[in-house]
Amino acid sequence: MTLLQSENIGFRYDGPWVLRRVSFNIGEGSFVGILGPNGSGKSTLLKIMDGILTPREGRATMDGRDIGTMSRRDIARRAAVVPQDYTGIFTFTAREIVLMGRSPHLDPWSFEGKRDHEIVSRVMAQTDTQGFADRSLDQLSGGERQRVLIARALAQEPRVMLLDEPTAFLDIRHQVEIMNILKLLNKEEGLTVLAVTHDINLASLYCDRIILLNGGTIHAEGPPAEVMTADNIEAVYGLPVVSGSHELTGRPVIMPRME
Amino acid sequence: MSFLSSFSLQPVTLGRVIKISLLLLLLFLTVSIISLFAGAADITLPIVIRDLLPLGAEGHKALSPSEKSILFSIRLPRVILAGLVGAALSISGVVFQALLRNPLADPYILGISAGSAVGAVTGILLGAEALILGIPGMAFLGAILAVLVVFGIAGTGRRLETSTLLLTGVMVNAFFSAVILFVFSISDNLQLQRAIYWTMGDLSLADDQAIIYAGFFLFAGMAFIYKYARFLNILAMGEDTALQLGIPAGKTKIILLTAASLVTAAAVAASGTIGFIGLIIPHILRLIVGPDHRILLPAAFLCGGAFLVFADTMARCLVSPAELPVGVITALCGAPYFLALLRRRLSS
Repeated sequence: MTLLQSENIGFRYDGPWVLRRVSFNIGEGSFVGILGPNGSGKSTLLKIMDGILTPREGRATMDGRDIGTMSRRDIARRAAVVPQDYTGIFTFTAREIVLMGRSPHLDPWSFEGKRDHEIVSRVMAQTDTQGFADRSLDQLSGGERQRVLIARALAQEPRVMLLDEPTAFLDIRHQVEIMNILKLLNKEEGLTVLAVTHDINLASLYCDRIILLNGGTIHAEGPPAEVMTADNIEAVYGLPVVSGSHELTGRPVIMPRME
Repeated sequence: MSFLSSFSLQPVTLGRVIKISLLLLLLFLTVSIISLFAGAADITLPIVIRDLLPLGAEGHKALSPSEKSILFSIRLPRVILAGLVGAALSISGVVFQALLRNPLADPYILGISAGSAVGAVTGILLGAEALILGIPGMAFLGAILAVLVVFGIAGTGRRLETSTLLLTGVMVNAFFSAVILFVFSISDNLQLQRAIYWTMGDLSLADDQAIIYAGFFLFAGMAFIYKYARFLNILAMGEDTALQLGIPAGKTKIILLTAASLVTAAAVAASGTIGFIGLIIPHILRLIVGPDHRILLPAAFLCGGAFLVFADTMARCLVSPAELPVGVITALCGAPYFLALLRRRLSS
């Protein structure tokens, strides 16, 4: 079943087109990566799929509904966004941040109830963040903070998780930690994942499908084995590469040619 | 410090909000009562109680008419107005800090108080005092104008960097101060002589009308702001995050900014530009009750009130029988506090 759909989307701010004629379907339960060089429109596309930006052409739908007609609350109950890093200025604790994920299910002036606290405990267990639940976010490492933000997104009880370079500031171990959590949720709970990433090889390893953007249009789309070819990557990134395969999974691995 | 932070770690519940509010209400009332009996005239609490209670004890010293007048017509309105103005400046500081995402934001530093003052002074010059709500209305327009400038520079959804905040504040203040001086210089209106005091903040003009206006707009503004207290927690993480968590950020921000401007204007119209309360009080309270606005707002409301009542008592008593504008006291406390905070932020 299609959860997110992009129908011939075009978008620009005041200048040239950032996205043009972009169409794809994201099926419920899939794990999709959006790849592409800087300025290829990845983050813009993610914002359109969350209704934060409105396409100039075409339309984006969630659950068959035009996202432009949905309230923020409607959207936030279905789709949760994981940003690159925590952007707050006040020293909330990890638990307080995760509780904020319950916001789309609460009235403006209200306090979280028993059920909200139960959900928060559950998602903090899933993301292994209970150990520092009462520490403030600025005392946590980048990897810990990122897991808290994933927990916050999970507390929204979303059907799809939208991630904007969730591992951008993390070392390889913490990157894999994050991807493993997402993969587990995807497999066991059927959570749909749509992640913008710069990490070609991690995307190849974890995603069922890859959307490869270039200059605002889709250059290639499909399973990693089809999309992650040396030719495609060279064409999109303008970098000579060699491709191999991952010893255990057989997924494509891309490395610079380094001549 | 560990005591303070362990206190702020408890989850925020309605029960905790009520408990802390009652505690701080007690603090506010205590400070207010002390303030009522502080001053040049020798009036003490037992005398007043004996005077008010018809016990008719033999030979007790009753209040003379002039003492009564000092207590109920001079000190009491002044304590009430100080409480209202302090509460107003403190909660508007909380709102501006969350929306500009900078804990150094304060209506005085940002120039929003100065904008209000320009509105009020212009109102006096144009004779708006003849109209109901003429002066507070003009103060509100001035505040909105300043808010538009500040938020125009901050941009929508972006965080206002400390250096930008300070430069904007300095420039907005410089501009509005110039406008005020201009208005003073072209006017020989007696009212304006009085209004000079406003530039430093002054509570000695407390009368029933000032109290009613300030009280009405403060409570109305607080009601709107408190309705969105939980949203403020999330808006402090940025507009995109707020949208992603299901909050209609644009609409909520406009409501909150309007309410905070109204509250600031109510304070300035009654007492002029009193600085730094909106900075000091929220900052201290975040350390004690935590950053959650559902608890921070009522706490800032009550402590801001108590603080200004205290500061005004100092203003009355320090150089008695003369007195200082209360803004001198708050600036003497607030400016060093601000600099210390700034230094810590810049070095981290």
